[in-house]
Amino acid sequence: MKSVRQNKLAAILFILPASLLFFTIIIMPIFMSGYYSFLGWDGINQPTFIGIGNYIELFTSQVAGFPKSLLNALILAFLSVFIQLPLSLGLALLLSRGVKGEKFFVAVFFMPVLISTVVIGQLWLKIYNPEYGIVNVALNSLGLEKYTRTWLGEQDTALIAVFIPIIWQYVGYHMLLMYAGIKSIPTEIREAAKVEGATEGQIDRYIIIPMLKPIIRVCVIFAVTGSLKAFDLIYVLTRGGPAKATEVPSTLMVSMIFDRNRYGFGSAIAIMIIALCFFFALAIKRAFGTEED
Amino acid sequence: MDKEIKAVANEFHTPTKAIVRKKIKFSSILTYTVLGIWAAVNIFPLYWMFTFSLKSNKEIFGDNIIGLPKEWLFSNYKNALTKGNMALYMLNSAIVTGITIILTLIIASMATYALTRLVWKGRKTVNNIIMLGLTIPIHAAILPVYLILDKLKMLNSYQALIIPYTAFGLAMSIMICNGFIVNIPKELDEAACIDGCSVYGIFFRIILPLMKPALSTVAIFTFLSCWNELMFANILIDDAKYRTISVGIQTLSGTHTTEWGPIGAALVIATFPTLILYSFMSTKIQKSLTAGAVKG
Repeated sequence: MKSVRQNKLAAILFILPASLLFFTIIIMPIFMSGYYSFLGWDGINQPTFIGIGNYIELFTSQVAGFPKSLLNALILAFLSVFIQLPLSLGLALLLSRGVKGEKFFVAVFFMPVLISTVVIGQLWLKIYNPEYGIVNVALNSLGLEKYTRTWLGEQDTALIAVFIPIIWQYVGYHMLLMYAGIKSIPTEIREAAKVEGATEGQIDRYIIIPMLKPIIRVCVIFAVTGSLKAFDLIYVLTRGGPAKATEVPSTLMVSMIFDRNRYGFGSAIAIMIIALCFFFALAIKRAFGTEED
Repeated sequence: MDKEIKAVANEFHTPTKAIVRKKIKFSSILTYTVLGIWAAVNIFPLYWMFTFSLKSNKEIFGDNIIGLPKEWLFSNYKNALTKGNMALYMLNSAIVTGITIILTLIIASMATYALTRLVWKGRKTVNNIIMLGLTIPIHAAILPVYLILDKLKMLNSYQALIIPYTAFGLAMSIMICNGFIVNIPKELDEAACIDGCSVYGIFFRIILPLMKPALSTVAIFTFLSCWNELMFANILIDDAKYRTISVGIQTLSGTHTTEWGPIGAALVIATFPTLILYSFMSTKIQKSLTAGAVKG
């Protein structure tokens, strides 16, 4: 058996395809992005080494708009953590109290997660359509004409209009994670608390939620890093417009690289996205404390 | 027996119990209201999509905005599939997704076998590096991947998507397989070995058949991420011949801005495979998509 396990040729054959792919499509590109981020390069002319020039421009140039895009991503992260997650938690708690049609509700709540963001984006484009969209039609029929707007086209409403579908889509995802977590808590604990006279609300507040902390931590990490990476829905709904009102780092990166041929600057944004994701993941882990590990 | 029932009935009639019961009733009404509202918020966009995919502009834009279609216009579907090229985009997506799933299953299960069952120097390091891939946002590699594929003259082909999709799915797939293979007792390998199975025989005859549940999880997860992917499909494919469904919808909605019916039909067509799959195996799909978070 030992000689079979230590078969070197077999080990190489089995791991080779994965490591080859992983190296050429993930590891190497990350380092290439890191290198490009120090270049002034338009993809056509010879690149020039400009040190941290791109990073300085990233944080100081208002025209390039990175600070604004980062702020938007952070607002999204904030809304995800303080609106999306509490909503998910509330639904998970309600569902796990044992309601009729539990499975049905779980299935329905999870559905938006499965549907392509392009489809969801196109649907919301129609929902927000200024002339025929459901939002404005509903406002008109309620006699609230003065509140109708070009939701995605106006500076002050575009950002929130884009965030609503993003937050809505993933409520079900977090709900399911939390729901599965609650279900794995032994029912005896809940029953014992009931016998002692605790109400449902008290059980949730003092028993379930504290026991759910590791899962809530995962959800917070996903919500924050997901917000930093957000791309699809914003790209479909506004492409970062109007006038950069809804720009986030990913959309800015793509438009810098592929519309404006700023390869070096775009790569600097890519590196910042990776760095920020790692930073926030670690910071959140730290903030939640390590006592439960 | 009778006595007991009477006792219970009596208890129900005492005032305190009645109050408690009323409270419970009220709170459960509240619970169902909240759940019902959220369910409606989730179902409505889909319902709306299905209905407007069968309507004429006249109905969508005024006569009948949220009702069922008065006249079922299946011609919208015909338009989307032929004039809108959705049939071709579907086929392209099916080819890319299908091959990616097959490659991912083969490569990830092989890697898992090497990482968990075979003994070689550096396997811990390789495993750690691959697991790091879980946290790296794929968007960050888009430019180098674009340049590499350009150098290899592979932009505008099925491979242009299949290769990156497979690579980016690997970390998650290997993690799912790793979590599963540890529960397959090593004694099985040993028994097979004693019976004369080679290292390859153990993989193909023992491990692979037993890994089926993990592999189906990986397949579902890969299907959804490829079928719905937008950024890479948009950037790496320029030629309409290889365009996948998510980019196809974008193109269609760009050219049919005033005709909503065919766009709705295209959206339904794109969503249909997912919903069919979901209606048959909702629990399995829910587990597949959250598998990554369990260890995260």
